[in-house]
Amino acid sequence: MISTESNLVLVGVNHKATPVEIREKLAFNQVKLEASLEHLVRCPEIVENIILSTCNRVEIYARVENTDQGIQLLKDFICDYHGLSRGSLDQYFYSYRDNQAIEHLFRVSSSLDSMILGEAQILGQVKDAYNTARASSSTGLVLNQLFEKAFNVAKKVREETGISERGVSISSAAVELAKKIFDDLENHSVMLVGTGEMAELAAKHLISYGVKTVYVASRTYERAISLAQTLNGCALDFDAFKEELYRADIVITSTSAPKFIINKEMIEKAIHKRKNKPIFLIDIAVPRDIAPEVNDLENVYLYDIDDLQNVVNANMEERQKEAENAMEIIKQEVAKFNNWFSILDAVPTIIEMRNRAEEMRKIEVEKTLKNLSHLSKNDQKAIHQLTQSLVNKILHKPTINLKKKIQSKDGHVYLQAIRHLFHLDD
Amino acid sequence: MDKISFNLSLFSYLMASLGYFVYLAYRRPLVSTFAGWMVAFGLVCQTVTIGIRSSQTGHGPYTTSFEVALFLSWLMVVVYILAEWKYKIKDLGAFVIPLVFIVLLFSAFLSKETALVPESEVRFWLTMHRTLSIMGYAAFSIAFAAGIMYLIQEHQVKTKKLGIMYFRMPSLEVLDNLNFKVIMIGFPLFTLGFMTGSIQNTEMNQPFFSWDLTRTLPLVATWLIYCLIFFGRMAVGLRGKKAAQGAIFGFITVIGTYFLHIL
Repeated sequence: MISTESNLVLVGVNHKATPVEIREKLAFNQVKLEASLEHLVRCPEIVENIILSTCNRVEIYARVENTDQGIQLLKDFICDYHGLSRGSLDQYFYSYRDNQAIEHLFRVSSSLDSMILGEAQILGQVKDAYNTARASSSTGLVLNQLFEKAFNVAKKVREETGISERGVSISSAAVELAKKIFDDLENHSVMLVGTGEMAELAAKHLISYGVKTVYVASRTYERAISLAQTLNGCALDFDAFKEELYRADIVITSTSAPKFIINKEMIEKAIHKRKNKPIFLIDIAVPRDIAPEVNDLENVYLYDIDDLQNVVNANMEERQKEAENAMEIIKQEVAKFNNWFSILDAVPTIIEMRNRAEEMRKIEVEKTLKNLSHLSKNDQKAIHQLTQSLVNKILHKPTINLKKKIQSKDGHVYLQAIRHLFHLDD
Repeated sequence: MDKISFNLSLFSYLMASLGYFVYLAYRRPLVSTFAGWMVAFGLVCQTVTIGIRSSQTGHGPYTTSFEVALFLSWLMVVVYILAEWKYKIKDLGAFVIPLVFIVLLFSAFLSKETALVPESEVRFWLTMHRTLSIMGYAAFSIAFAAGIMYLIQEHQVKTKKLGIMYFRMPSLEVLDNLNFKVIMIGFPLFTLGFMTGSIQNTEMNQPFFSWDLTRTLPLVATWLIYCLIFFGRMAVGLRGKKAAQGAIFGFITVIGTYFLHIL
């Protein structure tokens, strides 16, 4: 009856070891997810379960009666459900139990196990999986607590490490820089010189962060017009853009011109006209469109494609470093969750111990009261109260200490001792 | 009693400074909350110190060098709390509170003797002069901190070396704006302080321009620096790096002037 293990198991495949051809075969259809969950929870082996199915992973978290059998059962279920034979798929599955399963979930929800470290989407997907499982009543006390904890851990990791702080694509790094220069991007303007695909992408990214005014200049005026229409901006004549540079807070160049089309004097003039309001120049053209010495001007910030790529690389490295800090947080939280779980383990014993004591108290008090029939009702009540509080007082410290001790390494010894001393396993 | 509250405030600001440094480096929300409470507690203790001192001397905390440092650091905290509340720049604390701590620590070594202020018209003008000037200085100290933060951030963006501070510190726009706003408030206060100071001098029956040159010249220089920043911003768009450098240079002059007064 005593279990010091949580009996949690996890079976799954993910992007690290399983090619997409296999993953897509094993994915669970969101619409039929509830039926799958219900099917699983009807198995007598499985107490609770949650299915997480995204494009990068398929995982089933479950609390089972027996971990070895549980793992086999879940693997069989995934294969049977998709009408596949297990033989060829066995190599792709990973399975974890107890602490490792808890750690894995915390890693997944904190986006440490994602293809792009620190991406935000996975947490939402884990939340959805949990909500669906809750709605179909396939979860219980332990998985509920575990997943709620996982969300807290993810939040903590996000807040206390820089894991999702840094952009890891060219356009997100550019947006980040723009925000570090201008803060709020609303009421700021962007000018595209050249209509390259990357420039368009970066512009769209900026617009999604609030940039309102967009100018587009291109050697072919028609292309400028059509891109201006998609971006809800206005087209400029290519010869005119140099005079209009001062209007733009952010300039993105991506022309195929063989030589620099923007030089120091042009920006100097623009910045003067802007009364020194900063300009952020993003040159993603190769060969470059903007003369590098432009960056020497005050309040002018010039980044070319290599600069941005360097920022992205550094950010990736930083995320990797932050992942180590995140792992520390996760290790602590796994330990905390185990504490909760071990206390949970002690709860039935504590209840039994108290029930046993209460039983004895009742029997003894009633025996005594039989011989004291002259006592009034109130007096009898007082005796009951007295003995009750006596029992409570005596059991109070053992209860507290058991809850404390159960969290230690040899906690189950205490649990066993209590059961033995109080004759709970007769 | 005032000694206890003084030491308590000194200790609180030290703890708050350490807290803000830790927050800047490790981003632990609990630490920043702790630092915030430490600042609040320090301010309460310092207010008690000032209250006790003023009830003993019978006038505001602005006559001796000790009182000026005490009052200046108190106002710096007040302005900091207002700026933090308005702009939500948590890391400002890592730059302002250590400065507050240094000013307060410095004041601990100054003579605690009290000075008499004559009951007369002079007293009013002296109060006005000192209070307004110190309020201006407190604002300038925040501009100084914002200026340093601006230079750090600007350097990173310009040289394309985006270190940890790049991500932790606010945008150039916010820092430049804060720098400008506090000088916008500080400069008129300082100017009024300057003017009431001259009135006080005349009230004391000293000719308008007979002040000690070594003392007044730096004051005039300080005023000119902030005047340049103030009108430069309004008229020709002096901003960014130059404005930040100006605010730093200006505050260094303020400190220099203070030391000239002590010597």
